[in-house]
Order: sequence, then C-alpha cells, then structure tokens
Amino acid sequence: MLELKGVDVGYSRTTVVHGVDLVVPKGGAVAVMGHNGAGKTTLLRAAVGLLPATSGTILLDGEDVTRMRPSKRVARGLGYVPQGQQSFPQLTTLENLQLVADGRARGGELVSEVLDTFPALTGLLSRRAGLLSGGQRQQLAIARTLVTEPRMLILDEPTEGIQPNVVTEIEGVIAALTQRGDLSVLLVEQHVGFALRATDTYYVLEAGRITSHGAGGPDALDAVRAAMAV
Amino acid sequence: MREGAAHPRYSLRPCKELDVDVVLSQVFTGISIGSVLLLAALGLMLTFGQMGVINMAHGEFMMAGAYTAYMVQRGFPDEISLLVSIPIGFVVGGLMGLLLEAVVIRWMYHRPLDTLLVTFGVGLVLQQLARDIFGAPAKQVRSPSWLHGQVDVFGYQWPISRLFITAMAILAVVGVAATMRYTSLGRRIRATVQNRDLAETVGISTRAADRATFFIGSGLAGVAGVLVTLVGSTGPNLGQSYIIDVFLVVVAGGIGQIKGTVIAAFGLGIIDSFLSHATSGSVAKALIFVLIVLFLQARPEGLFAVRTRSLV
Repeated sequence: MLELKGVDVGYSRTTVVHGVDLVVPKGGAVAVMGHNGAGKTTLLRAAVGLLPATSGTILLDGEDVTRMRPSKRVARGLGYVPQGQQSFPQLTTLENLQLVADGRARGGELVSEVLDTFPALTGLLSRRAGLLSGGQRQQLAIARTLVTEPRMLILDEPTEGIQPNVVTEIEGVIAALTQRGDLSVLLVEQHVGFALRATDTYYVLEAGRITSHGAGGPDALDAVRAAMAV
Repeated sequence: MREGAAHPRYSLRPCKELDVDVVLSQVFTGISIGSVLLLAALGLMLTFGQMGVINMAHGEFMMAGAYTAYMVQRGFPDEISLLVSIPIGFVVGGLMGLLLEAVVIRWMYHRPLDTLLVTFGVGLVLQQLARDIFGAPAKQVRSPSWLHGQVDVFGYQWPISRLFITAMAILAVVGVAATMRYTSLGRRIRATVQNRDLAETVGISTRAADRATFFIGSGLAGVAGVLVTLVGSTGPNLGQSYIIDVFLVVVAGGIGQIKGTVIAAFGLGIIDSFLSHATSGSVAKALIFVLIVLFLQARPEGLFAVRTRSLV
C-alpha cells in the first residue's frame, strides 16, 4: 500500500508536482494519466525516492519513507520499472536478473519464475542487455523488478515505444499482475483504454495537479477523456 | 668537405645497434615496467575508470603500501615479510581509500575538477606525513633471498624479482576480472557504474558499491606499492613518480576496460623501454606523451570502447 499526502516535487527552484494526494490500496491497481509534461514521471520518481519530495509525506505500508533511499524502499517491498526500457547494458540478460536475485533466499526460484512469465528472455540469457531490442529490454526490466518480490509495483509507461506484438504480451502480464491480489500496482500509461481496463481507480494529472479521479473500468473512459481534453 | 657531412642524418649521435638480443632485452624490460604500471593502473581503472573519480592521491596509496612493506620487514624475517606485506598493503591502501571516499570524495561525485584539486592536496599532505614519520631519505626494503638471481629466458637474464612482479600483476588482473565477472559484488559494482539510479531502484545500495569499489581500487594501489619496493627505494615521492604514467595507461586503455588497461600497460612499458634505449629517459617520456596525445586524437575512447545498442 502506497499513500502520497500533499506531495510537492520539483527540480531546484521549479516545483513540478503540487500537493498530490494519492492512495494505492493493498492489492489495488491505480492508473495515473495525463499529457506529456504533466509531471507523471516526476511524481513516480519521488514515490521511489530518486527525487526528494519538497513537502508532503510518502507512506509505504503505513511507514513514512519520505526521506528513505530508493534501495531501502525496495527492500521494504517497493518495485519500480522506470520509463524507457532501462537496463544494465554491459550485463547479460541473466546477470541483470542475477544481480537482483543475489542474496535472496528464493533467488534462483524467482529467476525461473520470471523466465516463465517472459519466455522470450530464456533464449537471450547470455546476450548483453544493451544488444536486446526495446521490447526485449522492457520485458527484462519488468522481470528484473519482479525478482525484487515487490508488494507495491510502480510502472512508468511500460508499453511506450515498443512494437505492437510485444505490447500485447506486456499488457497481458500487467493485467495478470493486477489480478494477483497480493500486489498493489501504480501504473502510468498513455494508452488510456488499456490503463482503465487493467486498473480499478484512475487519477488524471494536469500541470502537476490531480484534476480528477474516480473508479476505473471501461465505463470511466469518457470521463477520463473529458478530463484530459481540458 | 667536413667529415660526416655526407651522412647528415646520422651525424647527431651514433646509432645503437639493434640486434635480436637488444630487442629481446628491451621487450623483457618493457614487460617489467609494464607490470608495475599495470598493478598501479588496475586500481585506478576501478576508481577513475569505473567511478569517474580523479584521485590524485592514488600514488600516495602506493607510497603507503611501500612503507607498509618497510614496517612489516621490521617485525618479520626477510624471507616472508614481502608475502605478509601484500595482504596488509592491500588493507592499508584500501582503508585509506575508504577514508578518503567517506570524508572527501563522496561529496564531490560529478565534480571532477574539485576532486582533482582536493585529492592532489590530500596527496601532498600524505607525502609530508610520510616525511615527518619516516624522514625524507629513501628507505630500503630488502627483498627475500628466494627472489635473488635470474632466470634465463631466450638468453635474457630475467631477474626473478621482476618476474615475480609480472606474475603478481597477472594474478591481480585475473583476480579483479574474476571478481567483477563472477561474484555478486562484481555484478553490483558494474550495475552501479552503468546505471546508478536504476541500480538503486532494484535494491542495490550504490553507496556500499561505491565504498567497495574504492576499497578494492585503493587496496590494489597498496599492493602495487609493496611490490615496487623490489625494484626501487621507498621515499615520500614514490607515488608522484608513478601517478601520471598510471593515468595515461588507464586513459589509453579505454576507460574502465580491463583488457585495454592490460594492453596499454605492457604497450607503454615496452615503448618506454625501446625509446629509453634509443634516446634517454626524459626524451622517451616526452615522446610517449606525444604518442599518447596523437593516439587519443585518433581514438578518443581509448583502445577499447563500450559497444551497445542503447546506452540507457
């Protein structure tokens, strides 16, 4: 469970995100939508700890993590798949996963589990991640985050810039994850139709402020489109 | 007509004969020089190459390693003191690096010029400290008797002590390469270097990875310092005499590339040895500078560059 209370985030003197209140309930799935530049990624980076919240509070499972380093938040069950298919380019696919599995009691098991989820990676284990295609790298990024055994998963535009057949596969995995029940999901997504199908609550972020929110599902499509058209 | 005018190209100085023996002996000398460079450059490859920290006090960590060998010799018999000094030198260098990282460098990541100046200052302080503690005159570290003598390699009398340095340099390369490639610590260090934010968000403590990198890199400088006592005397300026060459090796090899560092160290050692033979030590030094500047003009990324489809 993740709660943001009155969170401001900015870069030096410019505040980009203003007083955001947002709750991802335990086992729930929340979509954040908004145009480019609305502050979605900035908000997520603050939730993970890559950017400091200049005011407000961030609670993870009830614990105040506002000033905590990202790696410690991850140890407490926060998982983050950043924008842009990021990987460790000089490490092989397997090393990208091993790196996260190291020191975990179920490490080996977790790696084979995520390889079952993304079978396409199985044939690429010894290839350097920098040589994978964008779609493969994104699958690796989600797989790597799943190895951290998150209870709260944050995904930043997981299907952006990826070939359509892989998008379908990734959407399928995300939909399955949101159905798992023991995992909370916070999804930032440009593709409104998919985001609403996969989640049960939506927030619309415009110019750094939440301008509307409500129950998700296909019925909310018109309301979200209207909110984003403003 | 003046004598010699017919051969103006040869009139400056007599040309030394370059027969097979001379070539071989220069190659072997070059390998010895290269081995010392390699030991010192390996640590710098980690701290400068991997982490981007310009640590001018790296040479002084070598000096600390050399003085460690001197101190250990006072408590242990000559036969084993060198072997005892190697791990202790590693820890001494490593701890100094850890301290420098914690007190100074961690506040200056991404500020290379500040780091350069401050660590240069730290280096000067350490030199003065050595002068205060051990005195300005150089100290002699006795080498164990089992390193005395020569081995005949294709007619070249290779001193066993230099052969030992080469062996240790190769051992260090293999050790570092294996650690980086096959251990979880190595994976964490490489991940942190390649994408710091991403490393944090998959749960890696990048602070711990930084500290570990600095400990190992500085520890290797300490080991290099212990071993250079076999080929020279130990004084407060020991580090200064190596630091520039060592940076050259790391830059020419391609930042953060073990393979490149190895080739650059031996290459530089051998070129230095031939040029010193053909000219003089200081001319050779100047020529090497020119060669490296030309080389970096043609290949700014060094011998080996990182190849990837995307750099994210």
